[in-house]
Amino acid sequence: MRQVVGVISQRAEVTIFIVCVVLIVYFSVRNANFYSYTNIVTMVQYMAPIAVIGAGEVLLLDLAEIDLSSGQVFLTAPWFVILINQHGVPIGWCVALSLLVCIGIGAFNGALVVTLKVPSFVATLGVNYVLAGYVLVASDDVQTNMIGTTGHFGAVAGIANWSEGFWAIGIVILIWALLKGTRFGLHTTATGDNELGAAEAGVKVRSVKVRCFIIIAFISGLIGIFDAIRIGSLDPAAPGLNEMLSAVTACVIGGTALTGGKATVLGTLIGAIVLGVLEDGFNIVGISANWFILVEGAVILLAMGVNVQLGRASTRTLA
Amino acid sequence: MSGALEADLPEPGNNVGNDTSPPRSSLVGAVKSSHPHEDLVLRAEKIKKSFGALVVLRGVDIRLRRGEVLGLVGDNGSGKSTLMKILCGFQRQDDGEVFVNEKHVDFHSVQDARNEGIEAVYQDLALVPQLTVYQNLFLNRELTRFGKIGWLKNTSMRRLSEQYLAAIGVKVASVDALVGSLSGGQRQAIALARATRQDAEILLLDEPLAAMGAKESALVINLVKDLSQNHGVSMIIIDHNYTHLFELCDRLNILQEGYITYDQEISDTSIGDLNELMISEYRRRVTIGQSELKA
Repeated sequence: MRQVVGVISQRAEVTIFIVCVVLIVYFSVRNANFYSYTNIVTMVQYMAPIAVIGAGEVLLLDLAEIDLSSGQVFLTAPWFVILINQHGVPIGWCVALSLLVCIGIGAFNGALVVTLKVPSFVATLGVNYVLAGYVLVASDDVQTNMIGTTGHFGAVAGIANWSEGFWAIGIVILIWALLKGTRFGLHTTATGDNELGAAEAGVKVRSVKVRCFIIIAFISGLIGIFDAIRIGSLDPAAPGLNEMLSAVTACVIGGTALTGGKATVLGTLIGAIVLGVLEDGFNIVGISANWFILVEGAVILLAMGVNVQLGRASTRTLA
Repeated sequence: MSGALEADLPEPGNNVGNDTSPPRSSLVGAVKSSHPHEDLVLRAEKIKKSFGALVVLRGVDIRLRRGEVLGLVGDNGSGKSTLMKILCGFQRQDDGEVFVNEKHVDFHSVQDARNEGIEAVYQDLALVPQLTVYQNLFLNRELTRFGKIGWLKNTSMRRLSEQYLAAIGVKVASVDALVGSLSGGQRQAIALARATRQDAEILLLDEPLAAMGAKESALVINLVKDLSQNHGVSMIIIDHNYTHLFELCDRLNILQEGYITYDQEISDTSIGDLNELMISEYRRRVTIGQSELKA
């Protein structure tokens, strides 16, 4: 038993993986449509943005920072595509330029944090509202149709059933490899866990932070454009904070600590799957969607409670 | 010995404010100038450093001979750690010059100092608890492949870490153990091992034995002695424990009010002498404080 607790406490993803399996079995038993092709596609399309933005948030949470603007970047990037396209720019260039603006937003967030020493919570919250306001002003608060939804480009970018899921998996694997396999990932964890110590060891902690803000803005914008292409329309009043909070929820229930130095991309992916399974499972078994938010909150509290206790058990085991 | 020391003691004096001359303290007169034939591996002259209105270093002259272990003593807040951070490139001095092997150097980063063979072990150890032993040993000097991608060569780093720790006699359960799970002595040993892994010529140690028990201290003391005697590493050690300093060091400096005010070979002084000096200095400061309060 002590060994089992030891293994579970060492691997933050184990708890949420067990929860995920239990939920999938439960909903599958309650309603066979849960594991139908169509329903799985729907779930994957719901999970994809959460997993991608969550993977970006993992980098920042590993640094003991957060990006509250990531959800709004996700929603704003397709608007940049539309606005640039109005000047007659081809779709490919519109996407590229839009992503360039996203990189600029990430760099701006990073600069606010490392240069002006504004806490990331405040800096990115401000940028979130600036972007939300910009979209409302630029669009005159009028919904519009997304461009690039046809042909091969549209299929690859989001129209095909699995395209958004494949993009999400690809991006999540890249972020996982970046965090776990590269010098940059090691420096990210070092900066988050002991910033002064990492700096004293020669790690360029400011550069690490700025690059992480750029990465999350880039991937949030990218998946935002693909998601908009799949949906086909843009709503200027959509709140970006919701998407960001779902992503952070996926991180937290997946086992990433808000205090820095302890992050798991795999756990975040499983966390995103759990959120998708819950949302879809509730719909398919006929439970009111209102219950979803309540259950989401309960899952966060439960997962955090279990993780904290397992962390203490792990400390006692090591001692 | 005590008599020789007393001969070095002029009348106590005051040294507050922005006076740039050395303090007329009880310790002035004990500083020796550099011998022209000394084989100096590190020399710093007239190092000055301020943080806003707070003047920390007013003109520090310090020298380290090849293969020597130099102890640096001083009150809390006297600027010992600041001096260390300047010498290892973590902070820049406002004024003054640093020479390594008599070559003038200008450090803009830790890496600059590292390139000159200077490594530091800080008071906070600069270790990352959530990283493993081998990841900490190679932090910022990782072995990588694929160029700019920087893909970590974990197997090589593990193997080299095991070899190096064995070579310097440091025992840990596994190089895959998280540093946060190690004892204080083991962490200090890992910090020392990291500093010396790249064949450092000069090692700067900021309170390497702070808050450590006798058994753990022995581990670090033996390692420091081994590095000095068998690997030819020159060191500056900050420590408040005179017993440790007398066991480890060849020479002692006292940093006081922004200057080096005392410089003696260990063989020419004793713990009693040093205690006597520090107590008289403490009394002098209390007297000054009381005079200022009355004024």
